[in-house]
Amino acid sequence: MQQYFSDLADYVMRNVRGDEVVLVTFDAEQSDFVRFSRSTVRQAGSVSQRYLWLDLIRGQRHASSYTALAGDAATDRKRADALIGELRERLPHVPEDPYLLYSTEVRSTERSGDNRLPDRDAALDAIMQAGDGRDLVGIYAQGGIFSGFANSLGQRNWFSSYSFNFDWSFYHRDDKAVKTSYAGFSWDSAQFARKVQTAAEQLSILARPAKTVQPGQYRVYLAPAALSEFVGLLGWGGFSIKAHRTKSTPLLRMIEANALLSPMVTIRENTRDGIAPNFESAGFIKPDAVVLIENGRSRETLVSPRSAREYGVQPNGASGGESPDSLDMDGGDVPHDDILKRLDTGMFINQLWYLNFSDRPACRITGMTRFASFWVENGRIEAPLAVMRFDETSYRVLGDNLLCLTRERDFMPDPHTYEARSTSSARMPGAIVDKFMFTL
Amino acid sequence: MLETLESLFRQVMPRVDFCSLRFVNERQEQVRVRQNIPQPVQRATDVGAMITVMHGGGLGYGATSELNASGLRWAAEQALHWAERTAGRAVFDFRKISPPLIHDEYAGPEEIPWDTVPLEDKFDLLNAESKRLKTDDRIVDWDAALWHVEKETLYLTSAGGRIFQRFSYMIPFLRATANQKAITQTRTLGGRGYCRQGGMELIDNVGFRTAAPQIAADAVALLSAPNCPTGKMDLVIAPDQAILQVHESIGHPLELDRILGDERNYAGTSFVKPEMFGTYRYGSDLLNITYDPTRPEQFSSFAYDDDGLKAEKQYLIEKGILRRGLGGLSSQLRSGIPGVANSRASSWNRPPIDRMANLNLEPGDKSFDEIISAIRSGIYMKTNSSWSIDDSRNKFQFGCEWAQLIEDGKLTTVVRNPNYRGISATFWRSLKMVGNDSTFEVLGTPNCGKGEPNQIMRVGHATPVCAFEGVDVFGGE
Repeated sequence: MQQYFSDLADYVMRNVRGDEVVLVTFDAEQSDFVRFSRSTVRQAGSVSQRYLWLDLIRGQRHASSYTALAGDAATDRKRADALIGELRERLPHVPEDPYLLYSTEVRSTERSGDNRLPDRDAALDAIMQAGDGRDLVGIYAQGGIFSGFANSLGQRNWFSSYSFNFDWSFYHRDDKAVKTSYAGFSWDSAQFARKVQTAAEQLSILARPAKTVQPGQYRVYLAPAALSEFVGLLGWGGFSIKAHRTKSTPLLRMIEANALLSPMVTIRENTRDGIAPNFESAGFIKPDAVVLIENGRSRETLVSPRSAREYGVQPNGASGGESPDSLDMDGGDVPHDDILKRLDTGMFINQLWYLNFSDRPACRITGMTRFASFWVENGRIEAPLAVMRFDETSYRVLGDNLLCLTRERDFMPDPHTYEARSTSSARMPGAIVDKFMFTL
Repeated sequence: MLETLESLFRQVMPRVDFCSLRFVNERQEQVRVRQNIPQPVQRATDVGAMITVMHGGGLGYGATSELNASGLRWAAEQALHWAERTAGRAVFDFRKISPPLIHDEYAGPEEIPWDTVPLEDKFDLLNAESKRLKTDDRIVDWDAALWHVEKETLYLTSAGGRIFQRFSYMIPFLRATANQKAITQTRTLGGRGYCRQGGMELIDNVGFRTAAPQIAADAVALLSAPNCPTGKMDLVIAPDQAILQVHESIGHPLELDRILGDERNYAGTSFVKPEMFGTYRYGSDLLNITYDPTRPEQFSSFAYDDDGLKAEKQYLIEKGILRRGLGGLSSQLRSGIPGVANSRASSWNRPPIDRMANLNLEPGDKSFDEIISAIRSGIYMKTNSSWSIDDSRNKFQFGCEWAQLIEDGKLTTVVRNPNYRGISATFWRSLKMVGNDSTFEVLGTPNCGKGEPNQIMRVGHATPVCAFEGVDVFGGE
């Protein structure tokens, strides 16, 4: 695939004229998807897709377009020719772009993954076996993900990764389920068996009668997946320089009213330890890390090339959305094994679901508990919980009411597959929070 | 192109119980002016095909953007491989399906084709609206944008079926964000709700050239408005909020694949159980919900779904009673519940699943003035800004951009950060007035997420203004 991209990029660059600059971005994947429902297969298939994005620049004018590629050189050269021709035709009709910025420093990089994926049929068999006698539902995805960048200044960047992600739940009944994932680069049967066993054990607790709690404030433990949902929502404008400068950030009170989070909270975009490409579509290379919140205080923001030009600052490799791809939150000092004891009495929440801002300028977030969440009394799990709606501000959850963070952190590759398989990830601790408000 | 594809499909089609090819060619363009500065034009072309095989009771698919003999042969091989591997292990014996055999073509409306209006004219239009949004120093960010999508689909079956459909979608957008110290408020042209099928004629049909001054004035007014009060009160919602209420608390829970359990790991399950169809009181007598493909201008009108099933108007809820689900051919057979033609895929690289298409709340008999004047103490909310609901589609909480109190039958004080919450069926049973045709608007959403692998879908909704009794309302911090 790298050679295919390299040849196509070279072909495009040979056709650059005069003072034109061309930027090329390539995204492709070859994926198998097997969807399960009630321990049977709902849909299974394979997808091969390749896309090319071309940006033709002359002075401050530029025109770009995105197209699907066929995968054979002759056809794709014709498509690239047609695209360049169309862009040349369009260029005189587009206004100058005052915020155009692309990298002129040539920084070529390469990060190529090894293909150690399991045989897809063997993976299917292993999953069917795990679901035998149980109610398993979820998705298994595996295959190669490829990204490339090239420009007419000579820069070349390449990323490839061969990964699998099995995101599944064991259901007891109705909405009572244990959600788990097993993701990686090579299949370890023993590790998968342990995950299946752990999920099955939690499932047995869900057979107990559910406890329904009244709306009010409770002490809660947010497991890493739950905390990831909460902190992940902050990524919707919380760390974007554009959102900060246009006062639409949910962290507005941190920049306008000196609001602080707990000193325990340090959040960064950790590209070095993530699984996403380290380059973006204007050719800028992401730094290893960008510190977004440090000891409770707002620090740096994510800066796309356009925002860099607009606000007169340096870009730091963020894409146009200026959201983190490799979210990383520091852990604390509480061993995971002590969590039930430290929680004492309250709710053990494994997952949160469907979060949204209920008052964006105040960073107040609503959402639901989901999957296996438990009522804990005197450090012991007593009963599964009926789902509850919460409505709380980040300034309390990650501020005054944050009691502690776990020492251990979970690394969670993003299982999302909208348009393409995600390369985002999160590395999160768990958190005990006091007086967490449930409303319904 | 299409003739070549048909010929290639016949060449690579394996000898199986059933095989289909679904080709999608989609061209998009987004033109935007932000803060009176034209932004780079976003243009994209996506083209590819999915081959689906049903054989021996199993089902598999292969999808590729390589639309030549080699690419389609690979796709057919993948589809056959997965059909064979899943036979006897599938959710359903797919041999029970009798796929429709149809020869037909359909084209959605487009009076003024997008490409007939020069790019400069589009920028002129957006520049003018952008300038009309910047009416006050406190407006700190503002946009005017047009997003156009042109889509062609071709569906071929091994039995000789052929369906060709063509659509033109338009999504206009206006936004003004106002700020004063730690308060920021945003108003938009119905979120992205004013999305419809058609061409540039929609600019005038949805009031795009006249909306900007009011959007800007609203955003500024909200800065000094008091917080929305807390309490139980009557709630009136405009169509650009009612569509979200229908979407989340009626549309999703009626999807048969949720009821069957397929979505439990991601989008969620449903509080609706199979035995509830035919008898369950979902809402008050005033609640009439239809699956309606008969308004060509509505966002998700089509003649056939992606499994070739003919689209026909159906009542899902009639006088408050649940009648029918949202499920395509395979879900109908699996569940034994009547459904509709809504097996849909986001593109060529995702398989069809049960999705909403046009899901409408039928008009009642009250004018807007009659609804407001009948309420002693309540609140009127417009334009969705926040949405959240549990995975069984029961406990919801929604927020709006704009609200006004209703006191003694009159609209009075503007309030900011309006939110309300409730339980789906309880809420719909409190429906006490439904607006007439004069309050009815044809809207939709371009971004409904669901499915594994994940899919984004265009969905149409049309509703009148609706009034509910005794709803939990509250504001911000």
